[in-house]
Amino acid sequence: MRPCQSKRPAIFSFCTDPETLGTFRWFSCYLTNGVHWVFYLSFFKVLLLLAITAPVALGFGFLGAMAARSHFLPLSLLGKGYIAVVRGVPDIAFFMFFVIALDQAFEWTRHQILCPEWTDPIRQGNDFIVCQAAKLPLGTAPEWVHETYGFFLAVITFSIVFGAFAANVLFGGMRAVPRAQLETAEAYGMTRRQTFWRILVPQMWVYALPGLSNLWMVLIKATPLLFLLGIEDIVYWARELGGYKNPKFTQYPHGDWRMWYFLALLVFYLGMTRVSEIGLERLMRRLSHGQATSGGELLRKETTA
Amino acid sequence: MSCLQTIQDYGLRSIGIGERLLPRNDFTLCEQFTLIGSGMIWNIYFGIMALVTGYFLATALAMGKASTNKWLRKPAEWFIFLFRGSPLFIQFFFAYFFFLSLKQSYPFLDALTSAWLGALIVLFFNTAAYSGEIFYGALRSIPKGDIEAADAYGMTGWARFRRIVWPTMLRLAWPAYTNEAIFLFHATTLVFFSAFPVWQQRGDALYYAGYFADKTFNPFIPYPILAFYFILLTLVVIWSFGRVNKHLNRHLPAEKRSKMKLKLNLAR
Repeated sequence: MRPCQSKRPAIFSFCTDPETLGTFRWFSCYLTNGVHWVFYLSFFKVLLLLAITAPVALGFGFLGAMAARSHFLPLSLLGKGYIAVVRGVPDIAFFMFFVIALDQAFEWTRHQILCPEWTDPIRQGNDFIVCQAAKLPLGTAPEWVHETYGFFLAVITFSIVFGAFAANVLFGGMRAVPRAQLETAEAYGMTRRQTFWRILVPQMWVYALPGLSNLWMVLIKATPLLFLLGIEDIVYWARELGGYKNPKFTQYPHGDWRMWYFLALLVFYLGMTRVSEIGLERLMRRLSHGQATSGGELLRKETTA
Repeated sequence: MSCLQTIQDYGLRSIGIGERLLPRNDFTLCEQFTLIGSGMIWNIYFGIMALVTGYFLATALAMGKASTNKWLRKPAEWFIFLFRGSPLFIQFFFAYFFFLSLKQSYPFLDALTSAWLGALIVLFFNTAAYSGEIFYGALRSIPKGDIEAADAYGMTGWARFRRIVWPTMLRLAWPAYTNEAIFLFHATTLVFFSAFPVWQQRGDALYYAGYFADKTFNPFIPYPILAFYFILLTLVVIWSFGRVNKHLNRHLPAEKRSKMKLKLNLAR
């Protein structure tokens, strides 16, 4: 149990002695006590992760797709390999791999820069030892730095994995742009670079959008994996708060309610999915407007009929 | 200790046969390969069982969703939305705690809280929902002429379904279904990282990979081994589904029987 149980004063005045309350009032006190505010805050952690990861992953995906299209063989192999490997291996394995690997990569780099006089090997048997100054975050750093660093690692990990998915989608989108468009650009004497930025990129989004919206859904559904990366997210708090609470240690004793907490998370995610579905449908409608695709044709018929 | 000896000791460790204690220090490459490979038994078990059982429910769900009867359509739609709209990870957690409370009321349901059955049920429902949606999409794109031809021949009900609708549905759905199968195998790695307990350290491949990464603090060996196994598994899945695809398309003229294009859409 965390000591922050009573960090925040209860918002209802009748909450001073929960044992005397009726069911409804008991729940209104229980659901607004200190730990529950931390729980509600962790929902914002999930939304924050989504808000940061989506654009960064899109950026990674764009780079990956550009690399895969490249005429320079090693670069194209790198891009294709990035897409293929992440696609062939369970994403959770990547999450677990990258969190440790990134952490060690950062510490190793800092170690090389900050402690050049260090001669001992960094890997000693089963240990990974860097000098004190290279530790990330520093041993003396306050708690929030540790938490932010963990979150930062999680964001990069999510971005790398979902960047590969996005690269796959964007690569497909780029190839779906009619070849004639590019040939016309060449006929006008545009360079490869100009063709790419002026002709290909503006047109590929319509083709990539179905894949990207699918990807957004997948990303939403991957957010609970934050828990595995050691972040105190909604899954962590649902387990923590739902577990059996002994009357000796808490004002609000209850049995094992984890099932109900996870039911609440299930409903939260279903709501997120539904809202995204509606939003993406609207976006697709707007983008298809006036397009020479079957979706655009359908819209035209609707308005003329 | 020779590698052959290691394989004898740990090859079937994940199902409880062989050496009781896991290696504790001086991990050899052979030990890591053997144990992670041994864990793959669980991934394959979950994947195949869920696929085989889920296939039937998926067909039923697709038929239900395509039905004109509200009482069949609505439950199928809700089932598919429920399992496709929420993360599998949360489904595992919820199901485990649900089974736990069931067990307290009905002790004979004990087996539900262990991974081999409880997690399998969740995976079964999950893959049924995803494949149900795929089959539903395929049902809707069956050429109208096929159905009309069946009607003209006087086929109705079961005969029409078995001979016309069902084979065409499968043929249309097969590439997407292959993709779903690949993702299902990937999803099996979540089982032991959600609530389901690992009994006597009999875990799946990712569990052992995580074990080695924890002990050696070196992720660069166990996870690539895991990746190797999974890429191998993915290739086997693609190959065997490709064989079935060939069978499904055997009546088509050769030039139409183009090789299954694996458009790797993100099914999940």
